[in-house]
Amino acid sequence: MVTYLSDAGTRAALLDRLLEHVYLSLVPLVVSVVLAIVLGLLCHRFRPVNATLIALSNVLYTIPSLALFAIIPALIGTRVLDPVNVISALTLYTTALLVRPVAEALDAVPSHVTAAATAMGFRPWRRFLTVELPLAVPVLAAGVRVGSVSNISLVSVGALIGTGGLGTLFTDGFQQRYLAPIIVGIVLTLVLALVVDLLLVLLRNRLTPWVLVGKP
Amino acid sequence: MIFAEAFAWLVDPANWSGGKSIPVRVGVHLLFCVGAVLGAALVAVPLGLFVGHTGRGSVVLVGGSNALRALPTLGLVTFLYLITGGGTVGVLIALIVLAVPPILAGTYAGIQDVDRGVVDAARGMGMTGTQRLWRVEVPNALPLLIGGLRNAMLQVVATASVAAYVGIETLGRPLLDGVRVLDYAQFVGGAILIALLAVALDAVLAGVGRLVVPAGVRLSARAGRTRSSRMQSRRRKSPVPVESGGSPA
Repeated sequence: MVTYLSDAGTRAALLDRLLEHVYLSLVPLVVSVVLAIVLGLLCHRFRPVNATLIALSNVLYTIPSLALFAIIPALIGTRVLDPVNVISALTLYTTALLVRPVAEALDAVPSHVTAAATAMGFRPWRRFLTVELPLAVPVLAAGVRVGSVSNISLVSVGALIGTGGLGTLFTDGFQQRYLAPIIVGIVLTLVLALVVDLLLVLLRNRLTPWVLVGKP
Repeated sequence: MIFAEAFAWLVDPANWSGGKSIPVRVGVHLLFCVGAVLGAALVAVPLGLFVGHTGRGSVVLVGGSNALRALPTLGLVTFLYLITGGGTVGVLIALIVLAVPPILAGTYAGIQDVDRGVVDAARGMGMTGTQRLWRVEVPNALPLLIGGLRNAMLQVVATASVAAYVGIETLGRPLLDGVRVLDYAQFVGGAILIALLAVALDAVLAGVGRLVVPAGVRLSARAGRTRSSRMQSRRRKSPVPVESGGSPA
C-alpha cells in the first residue's frame, strides 16, 4: 500500500481519476437540480403531469445502472464508450429522485404566504423565485444529498464500460490481482462522498439562514 | 437500428441453449440475488426489530447505513473477490453486505413509524414487550419492511450484473462481453434482460407485500401516510431520521 502511494506517477494518476470522478458525478447533480425545479413546478401546477412523472421515475429506479448505461446510447445515439452516457443516466436517476420532493415542497408552501407575496405586488415569476422556491430549499437539499452520495457511488460502475473515474482503480486492481488500488479507490470514494455531503450542508445553511435562527 | 439488432440477439435460438445461454444466466443471477437477500434479511431484520423496539443503537445504525450507501459496488466486489481468493463466496458476501443496509433501514423505520398511541394502547391492554413487538409493531411495520426488501433486491440485482466482471456467469456477462468485442446487439440485449429481470423481481416482491400486509394496515397507510408520519416524528422524544427510501443501484 505504501509503495503504491509513494510513486509520484501513481499519485498524479489518482488525482486525474479523482477529478474525473468529481466531474462525472457532480455535473448530473447540477443539471438535475435545474430539471427537477422545472418539472417540480409543472407537477405542482398540473396534477396529471405529477402522476405520470412519478410512475415513470418508479420504473426508472428499478433499472440497474449498468443496464441504463448501456440502453442510453441506443436511445440517444451516442457512442457506446462516451462518458455522456453515464452523465445522462445519472441525470435521469437524480432528476427522478428530486422531482417528487420538489413538487411536494411547493405544495406545502402555506397559501397565506403566497397570498401575502401577491398582495405585496410580487408577480408570479418573482414570487416563485424569491418566495416559494427558497421555502422548498430544505427539502430539495435533503434530496440532493442522497443524490450526490448515490451518484458518487454509481460512477464507479461506469469503469466497466470505459468511462474514467475512480472505478478504473477497481478494474486495474482486479486485472493485476493487486489490492492497493482497490482499497485506495474505495477510501477515496467514501471520502469524496463525505466531503461533498458536508459542502452541501454548508450550502444549504447559507441558503436557508431562517432555519438555523429557529433552533434554540 | 440498434434495438432491432438487440431484439434479434435476444430471440436467437443459439442464445437459448447450452451452458452459457440466457436461461442459465437468468438462473445464476436469480440464485445469487435470492440467496443474498435471504442471507441479509437473516441478519438485518432481527437487528432492525431490536433497535426499533428498544431504541438502542439507533444513531449508530442510521449513520452506518447512510455511510454504506456511498460504498462503490464494483470496488466491494473486486476487493472481496481478491481477498477470499476468488470464487463465488466473495461475491456472495459482497451482495449480502450491500443488501443489509436497505433491509435494516426499512425494518427500523417501519418500527419507528408505528403510531406511539397504538403502542401505548397495546401496553395499556396489558401486552408484554414481546407481544407488542409481534402483534402490534411488526404488522404495522410490514409495508416499510417490505419496501426495504425491495430496495435490497434492486441493489443486489444491479450488483450481481456488475459482478459478472469478476467471472460470475450472471446476466451482466453478455453485456460486458458485448463491450469487449464491440458487439452492440449483445451489449444492448444484455442490458434489456437485466432491466426486465429487475422490474419483474420488484413486481413479484410488490405482490408478496400486497399478500402479507394486513388489510387494516394497508388502509391506514393509504390515508395520507406522509402527513401522519411527519406529525409522529415531531411528537417523539428523540427522533433519529432515517432515509428508508430507495436510491438507484
